[in-house]
Amino acid sequence: MALIEFHLDPSSGVSLYVQLMQQVRQSLLFGLLKPGDKLPTVKEVAAQVAVNPNTVLRAYRDLEHEGMVVSRPGLGTFVTAGAPASIARDRYRALRADFERCIRKGRAERLDDSTLAALFAHVLRENHQEGVA
Amino acid sequence: MIAPIQATGLGKRFGRTWALRDCSIRIPPGKIAGLVGPNGAGKSNFLHLVAGLLSPTTGEVSVFGRSPRSHLIQLLDRVAFVAQDTPLYPGFTVADMLEFGRRLNSRWDQRSAEQRLRDLEIPFDRKIRSLSGGQRSQVALGLALGKRPELLLLDEPVARLDPLARREFMQGLTASVAEDGISVLLSSHVVGDIERVCDYLVIISQGRVQVAGDIDELMGNHHLLLGPRTADGAAPSGVEVIKTSHTERQTSLWVRGRVANLDDGWREQPLSLEELVITYLSVPAAAALPRPELEEVPA
Repeated sequence: MALIEFHLDPSSGVSLYVQLMQQVRQSLLFGLLKPGDKLPTVKEVAAQVAVNPNTVLRAYRDLEHEGMVVSRPGLGTFVTAGAPASIARDRYRALRADFERCIRKGRAERLDDSTLAALFAHVLRENHQEGVA
Repeated sequence: MIAPIQATGLGKRFGRTWALRDCSIRIPPGKIAGLVGPNGAGKSNFLHLVAGLLSPTTGEVSVFGRSPRSHLIQLLDRVAFVAQDTPLYPGFTVADMLEFGRRLNSRWDQRSAEQRLRDLEIPFDRKIRSLSGGQRSQVALGLALGKRPELLLLDEPVARLDPLARREFMQGLTASVAEDGISVLLSSHVVGDIERVCDYLVIISQGRVQVAGDIDELMGNHHLLLGPRTADGAAPSGVEVIKTSHTERQTSLWVRGRVANLDDGWREQPLSLEELVITYLSVPAAAALPRPELEEVPA
């Protein structure tokens, strides 16, 4: 049985292989995947979400390029020891509280949810981190 | 306002097989409603019952408050129905078809019917059989709209059209709705067609209505929750779980409603319309129907 499963939204405008990569990263962040864990096989993913196997291969290859996973021919794709560890609960809470403060400030300026999201996306873009999609 | 379509306990049986069962819905006026479901789900039968071409085995259906079977004549002018594969007379020319429509319909609007087909550059002297599939569909839509109906029923209108012809057909439809404010019910098994033009969704599966509601409300009210593996049957409060999927470490919940406070480690994702439809179709026992209006709300 696979450790995680993927959920793709073809209408989101985000490429499918990028969505797969994002979901692996989020699974690491949330502690669903740990170093040494095996990712679902290409065949498993293709069967589960009805996506072209090459799309899965591309996502796994790009993750490998980022050093998060390593492919062992004949065995599968595994999370490396160098992959980012899951975020500790207290740090997660602290980060969340920071975001909540920003949102409250925005609300005080009468910004609605979508404007806040657009502002966040803008700031994120301005502070784009190389090599991280 | 009186509903263009209202069904109460509507059922249709052929021999021993129920094609449609216990169907109760009310489609509000002015909507472009999409009827989706797998092949053989009962979509065509529902449309035929509304059009008065079939009579119900159980329950009733009313169109603008009247039974389509007993008030066929009164409703004939107000309702247009384009059956699957847009049946037209292949030996007629386009002009013949328009003349046919003019003679048979008391509220016929010859000028706008001609104009619509002229705008699409459909040659009036061509026989129906020599038109492309897209042109034939446009002629059928033109005839249906030429009646100046208040309710337009379309059964899989774009199923056989290429993407460009599909888009053009839908443009013709939405333009007329914008102009005349007619109510539309169209069936399709392609969610993409529905997503673009419809504002109301009805999902029929295995002869039963599973979902009926405003698309915006349905979309806003359905989510995918992703989190660490939970025990079977465990669900956050405030939501109704439609479908659950577990892996060794992860649980995915397709839910209706919204969780006020998501536990740490959980994420909420929106569901696309297609995903919403597929989720319901994969769980035929699940339903999302508006509360019947006469039902008393417990205090």
